[in-house]
Amino acid sequence: MLDHILSVLIFFPALAAVFGFMIQKESMRAYGIVVSLIEFALSLVLWYAFDNNVAGMQFMENIPLMPAFGINYTLGVDGISVFIVILSAFFTFLGIASLTDTPKIKYMIITLLFLQMTMAGVFAALDAIVFYTFWELSLVPMLYIIGAWGGPLRIYASVKFFLYTFAGSLVMLVGMLFMAYFYHEASGVWSFALLDWYRLVLPENLQLWLFAAFFMGFAIKVPMFPFHTWLPYAHGQAPTIGSVILAAILLKMGTYAFVRFSLPLFPDAAAFFMMPIAILAIIMVIYTAMVAYAQKDMKQVVAYSSISHMGIIILGTFALNVEGISGSIFLMLGHGVVAGALFMLVGVIYDRRHTKLMSEFGGLAHVMPRYATVFGIMMMASVGLPLTINFVGEFLSLLGFYQQSHILTLLAGTGIIVGAIYMLAAYKKAFFGEVTNEANKNLPDINKKELFGLIPLVIVAIWLGVYPKPVLGPIDNSVKALVQLMHDKSTTTLAKERIPDLTAPKMMRAVKTTTEEVN
Amino acid sequence: MLAPINIPLESLNVMTLAPMLIPIIGALLILVLAVAKSGLHKSLYVVISLLFLGMDFFALLNSAGLFSENGTILGMFDVMLIDGLAILAQFIVVGASMLFIPLALTNKRFHEFSYPEFFALFLFMIAGFQFMVATDNMILVFVGLETSSLALYTLIAMHNRDKSFEAAIKYFTMGALAAGFFSFGAMILYALTGSIEINKIAMVLSANGYADMPYVLVGIAFLLAALAFKLSLVPFHTWAPDVYEGASAAMAGYMSIVPKIAGFVVAMRFFEFLVHSHVVWLQMVLYAFVVLTMTASNMWALVQTDVKRMLAYSSISHAGFVMAAVLIGTTQANSALFFYWILFSFTNLGAFSMLWISRQKDLIDGQVSDHSYDKFAGMIKTAPVAAASMGLFMLSLAGVPPFALFWGKLYMISSAVSSGYTVLALIMALNSAIAGYYYLKLIVYMFMKEPIVGANGEIYVANATLALRTIIGIAAMGTLFAFIIINPLLEFITSFVYNSGY
Repeated sequence: MLDHILSVLIFFPALAAVFGFMIQKESMRAYGIVVSLIEFALSLVLWYAFDNNVAGMQFMENIPLMPAFGINYTLGVDGISVFIVILSAFFTFLGIASLTDTPKIKYMIITLLFLQMTMAGVFAALDAIVFYTFWELSLVPMLYIIGAWGGPLRIYASVKFFLYTFAGSLVMLVGMLFMAYFYHEASGVWSFALLDWYRLVLPENLQLWLFAAFFMGFAIKVPMFPFHTWLPYAHGQAPTIGSVILAAILLKMGTYAFVRFSLPLFPDAAAFFMMPIAILAIIMVIYTAMVAYAQKDMKQVVAYSSISHMGIIILGTFALNVEGISGSIFLMLGHGVVAGALFMLVGVIYDRRHTKLMSEFGGLAHVMPRYATVFGIMMMASVGLPLTINFVGEFLSLLGFYQQSHILTLLAGTGIIVGAIYMLAAYKKAFFGEVTNEANKNLPDINKKELFGLIPLVIVAIWLGVYPKPVLGPIDNSVKALVQLMHDKSTTTLAKERIPDLTAPKMMRAVKTTTEEVN
Repeated sequence: MLAPINIPLESLNVMTLAPMLIPIIGALLILVLAVAKSGLHKSLYVVISLLFLGMDFFALLNSAGLFSENGTILGMFDVMLIDGLAILAQFIVVGASMLFIPLALTNKRFHEFSYPEFFALFLFMIAGFQFMVATDNMILVFVGLETSSLALYTLIAMHNRDKSFEAAIKYFTMGALAAGFFSFGAMILYALTGSIEINKIAMVLSANGYADMPYVLVGIAFLLAALAFKLSLVPFHTWAPDVYEGASAAMAGYMSIVPKIAGFVVAMRFFEFLVHSHVVWLQMVLYAFVVLTMTASNMWALVQTDVKRMLAYSSISHAGFVMAAVLIGTTQANSALFFYWILFSFTNLGAFSMLWISRQKDLIDGQVSDHSYDKFAGMIKTAPVAAASMGLFMLSLAGVPPFALFWGKLYMISSAVSSGYTVLALIMALNSAIAGYYYLKLIVYMFMKEPIVGANGEIYVANATLALRTIIGIAAMGTLFAFIIINPLLEFITSFVYNSGY
């Protein structure tokens, strides 16, 4: 079974979703919890069986689909993807378990299980077409979640979400076809296998074009400034569970794809575009942080802060060194946990008052102390307080980029400070002071069901903040291999300069001598 | 005194005619039956047609076997040309017809199916298409084209609504014009080369180095216009949406597939050698046709308020997409054409059948047209299975993986990429993105809006019988599980196309 655990992880929820149609309405919730718990347990088995010392792909599977055209059903995980797979199973489980009263709950759970299939598929796929299949397929359940359970503007928001991503990914598909064609030119056989593509060294000008094509697909998904306009609508209209999954997992597909595709396939182009992308990322960090400060709606604050954090992830990824990339992958996990939790928390208050406007609240800490505590912890984690999960990722991402540019890192740092300001301001407005609104006087505190969803997230946020090693270790191993591959593959001097060579004796010696001199 | 002409029967290769003769015999049999005893039920004729189509299919399998052993077969004084293209196209023609004809077994009574002539004409039409693709003799192409077209006009008119008459007359007028163009173009090329066979025309033209280029271009222009009418390429498409609207939904679905594949094969036979001889003007015009057809019809589809008209424009767009194969002209592109069209026929026939089973005799209050978007609002609540299958067909048409049409699009764009048509590949991809919107619009109506008409869901499946459900089931299965069959299918197609020298 361990040989096929990835396929099981992908298709078990889909199969369970199909069977779900037979379940009676009132029992659906229990069914959903059981299925997603099994899925989560399976993902933990994957972690248990995962060899932390191996940098390459593990649990690989390969079934030919269209061998003449080089399309195979190839799966595998390494340190970069394994934790995101686990995180997606984790969030599907928590999401279903803490699902509050939803109309048509049966279809919601079936949709969520299908969504889990596509998410596991995206992160486990090692064939470009299989990756693309799950990538596109993930749009359909999300479209339905936003469109069927969303707010008043739900149809506009869902269609915008779908079309934006769909258009971007078609450009990416053309890029993939070019990649396969160049592989065919170089080796004589068609292949869409990612590990085959890793071995292909392309001339720089081709790399630039292909990088741009892939960038269109990924940047819209992340979403990077200026392609981010679909996200506030999607978050604003989506039901709580939709926002949670969207922020925690779906957005990570874009940043993950940068690490999986753009960097190792086009190292020269990545080095070439490093500065422009870093500038976009910093605009994204600062601009969206400022926009978030101006929001009146609590959910929009979280949505924009989410975009802002994605900027740091991009910055870390394009630091092109081990610290930056490891940090950005860790931040993907951290941001998944924190943003997911914040959206759940906003959902809690929305369920009680059916409004998300901050002006409606105030003094909630008196009425709902437990809620205020959990929100406080998560908000601190979101602004990157040391000993919380986001601190590790943000610190490493910025440390990585500091080696490339001091000034830009400093600017990104100010973005984080603005982030702290708006989050604290929002927290103050909603939770401190007197209870001014009559409607808030008798709000019930969070109930067991909600606590059940939130407590695990709090534990993870603090545990990985204090002791990140079990996760960071495997990530670091795989990232080192990735950076070495990029260095070896790169052809331009710019790329050789920007991507460190891990085999060479490092600058350490120079550092040592200076310290020795001091001594 | 002339010596007696002695032609051994073996040299005629009469077997090459077998696939065409089978439907003709079937049609004659139906006519005889109708004379012998009137008032027989349509189910009898449907089954007889199915039987003959089955035999036809079997005969094609036989030819396919012969082709893969011995290569191209010539027959009947070299008029018949049974190569891979002919066999593949006939497979699509007969296969799609077999999926279409059971759609006559509706719940409600429709005018056309009460006439046995409908089925006779239908089989004659199939024979016409088969002749059209299985020859490179321009006269036989013309005869096949006219046989099938005249039968098709009548089939449309037999739907017996005002709009159907309008559609049939419109189609007939446009078709007559196209026929004129075709014969005129063929005449010019005959005058230039002294031959009516495409391979001989190609030989003579390349032997004299395209000396009379202006005349060649005039001939090409007329033939191109004639084929563009048949394939409904923009700007020769104006008849198509009205005809699709006037014809019954089942017939419209059929028209979006079968006549076009016949047209594509003729276009491929005729334009391929010209594209390869670097007739720049033709390349440019074809490029313009492809881009214009894809893009403009997509734009028009965006603003339609009727699903059937939307699907009509979308079919035009798909035809433009596939026409790119004729422009690109590599083996991969030509294989992609057949590959795409087989997958397309499953999906599109499924989509039109969904409209067909919801065909009403009278409009309900609040309904603007037969298949307005409003009619489908909230369908998931009233008819969930029907809504899910329609959603599936829409996702497939939009090119969402892993459904059928995605693989066709993938292979077609890949063929553009590998022959250096980068910009074309991007235009094709972006058009798929634009098309996403109108397919999505129907999904949004079905899944996310509140029902407006037909609160009990009965109208969506009013026409459904077991036969229709089976056809839709086959189409849905073909769409959903396409990824299993794509590999053998593509290998089969590629070997046939490659061995025919295209």
